Amino acid sequence: MPPMKPTARTILHINKRTLFYLFIYGAALATLAPFIWMVLTSLKDLNEIFVYPPRWLPKTFHFENYARAFQAAPFGRYYLNSLVVAVAVTIGQLITCSMAAFAFARLRFRGRDALFLLFLGTMMIPGQVTMIPTFMVLHWIGWIDSYKALIVPGLASAFGTFLLRQFFMTIPRELEEAAYIDGCSKWRALWHIILPLSRPALATLAIFTFMGVFNDFMWALIVLSSEEMRTVQLGLAIFRDRYLTEWDLMMAGSVTATLPILVVFFFAQKYFIKGITLSGLKE
Amino acid sequence: MTVTRRTKTASNRLQGRDGLHALLFLSPTLVIFTTFVIFPVFFSFYLSFHQWNMFSSQTSFVGLANYSRMLRDPEFWTVVKNTLVYTLGTVPLNMAISLLVAFMLNQKVFGKKFLRTAFFAPVIISPVAAAVIWRWMYDPNFGLVNYMLSFAGIRGPNWLNESHSAMFALILMAVWKTMGTNMVLFSAGLQGIPDTYYEAAEIDGAGAWTKFWRITVPLLSPTTFFIMVMSLISSFQAFDVVYVLTSGGPLGSTKVLVFYLYEHAFKFFEMGYASAIAYFLFITLIILTLLQIKFMKSRV
Repeated sequence: MPPMKPTARTILHINKRTLFYLFIYGAALATLAPFIWMVLTSLKDLNEIFVYPPRWLPKTFHFENYARAFQAAPFGRYYLNSLVVAVAVTIGQLITCSMAAFAFARLRFRGRDALFLLFLGTMMIPGQVTMIPTFMVLHWIGWIDSYKALIVPGLASAFGTFLLRQFFMTIPRELEEAAYIDGCSKWRALWHIILPLSRPALATLAIFTFMGVFNDFMWALIVLSSEEMRTVQLGLAIFRDRYLTEWDLMMAGSVTATLPILVVFFFAQKYFIKGITLSGLKE
Repeated sequence: MTVTRRTKTASNRLQGRDGLHALLFLSPTLVIFTTFVIFPVFFSFYLSFHQWNMFSSQTSFVGLANYSRMLRDPEFWTVVKNTLVYTLGTVPLNMAISLLVAFMLNQKVFGKKFLRTAFFAPVIISPVAAAVIWRWMYDPNFGLVNYMLSFAGIRGPNWLNESHSAMFALILMAVWKTMGTNMVLFSAGLQGIPDTYYEAAEIDGAGAWTKFWRITVPLLSPTTFFIMVMSLISSFQAFDVVYVLTSGGPLGSTKVLVFYLYEHAFKFFEMGYASAIAYFLFITLIILTLLQIKFMKSRV
C-alpha cells in the first residue's frame, strides 16, 4: 500500500487536534480571564483603569493599592475574624462528625439505622428554612453579632458525618477487636486506630468545611452588625457599597479575599474534588 | 438452648453498653442538630401561620393569611418568575458547557491538570469576590465584556443598570461560577463508562459523534439527571451573587425568591410571612428531590 492517503489523513487529524487544543485552551483562558483581570486591575493606577480600549498590563505596578485598601477598610481584622470562624468550625466538625460517624459505623444500639436515615434526611432541608428560627434562638441567648453566632450552628454536619461513616465502614474491624481484647476503650479505638487511618477522609471534610465557611456570606450578613466582627466576605461586600468606583482598591480587596482560598485549593485540590464527587454520590 | 440464651444475654449486655457509648458519641451532634435544625424546621412551620415582628413579644395566629398574602402579592409572582428565568437560563447552559468540557478532558490531553484547575477555579472563589470582579467586567464604558463584544461589532448594553440585560448578566456570571462543580461530577460519570464499549463501537465503525450519542449520553443519563436536580435545587436558592452583583435590581428585575425571603425576614422583620416563603421554597425543593429519588429507583 502506498503511504499517500494516510499522510493526508494525518494532516487532517493534526488539524482537528489543533482545533481541539485551540478550543479547550481558549475556553480555559476565558474562564481565567476574570481572575487575571482582577489581579492586573488591582495593580493599576486609577487613570489607567478608566481608559478605553482597556489595557491589560499596568505601566508600573502599584503595589501600594493593597496598602491603601487595607487602610480604607480593616481587612486585616476581617481576615482574623474569617480565620477564627473557619478554623473553629472546621476543627469542631472534625470532632463532632468523627464521633457521630463512629457511633453509626461501629456501635450497636437500638434505632441506629432509623436515626442514621433521619440524619441523611436533614440534608434535604434548605438553610433558608432553618435560618429564621436559628437567628431567633441566637437572639434569645444574646449571641447575635459574635463569633459564637457564626461558629456554633455550624458545629455539626450531616454531610460530614455521612462522609466519615462511609469511610470508617471500609476499615477492617479486626484492628479494633484485637485492641478491645487488650482492654482498649472505644474512645481510644477511635483516636488511636480509626482516625489515623482516616486521614484522607478527614482532609476532604476539613477542606470542604474550611472553604465553605470562609466563603460564606449570607449568614454573616444576617447575624453580624458591628464593623469589627465582619468577615472578609461581608467586609468586601460593604466595601463595594462604599467605594463604588474605586476599582483599584476594590480589586485589591477581592484579590485579598480570594488568594488564600486559591492557595489552599491548589495544594489540596485532590481532596476537594473527592469531596464534590462524594457529595454527588450521597443521594 | 442454654448456649444460645447465654449469647443472647451477652449481646444484650453489649448492646446496653454500646447504647451508652452511642449516646456519648452522638451527643454533640444531637444537641446542635436539635437546636439548629430540628427545632427550627418545626418552629418556622409554626411561624408561617402566625404574624410576628420579632422585636415585639406578641405573636398572633393568622391561619393561612401569610400564604394567601404570598399568593396575592404581585411581587411574589415576579420573584417566582425571575427565579424560573434564572434557573432555566443557568441550568441547561451550565450542563451543556460542563458536559462538553468534561467530555473533552476525558481523553488524552496535554496539560489536563492545568485545564481542570482552570475550569474549576471559579467554583472555589467566594461569590462576593466573584461578583465584585464581574461588576467591573460589566462596566458599560471600561468593562472587558463590552470591549470583547466591540470586536464583533456589538455595542454592549449597560449590563447591570438596564432591566432587560441585568438578568442575562447574572446568568452568564452564575454559569461561569458554577460549571466547575458539574464538570467534576460529569468527569466522574464519564470515567465510570468502560472503555470496552467505545472500543467495540470503534470496531463496528462508529465515529466520535455516534459514540457520543449512542454510548456516552445513555450511559451517563443517571449522572445527568442527578446533576440536573442538584443544579435546579441550588439555583432556586441563589442569593449571594444576586446580592452583590445586582442587589435584586434594577427595578426588581433580578430579585429572586431567596432575596425576597431575606428582605421580608431581615429588613422588614416579618418573620411569619418570611417563614411562609421559606416553606414554599422547602416544598418546591422536596418535590424535586422526591422526583429524583423516584427516577433513580425506576432506573435501578
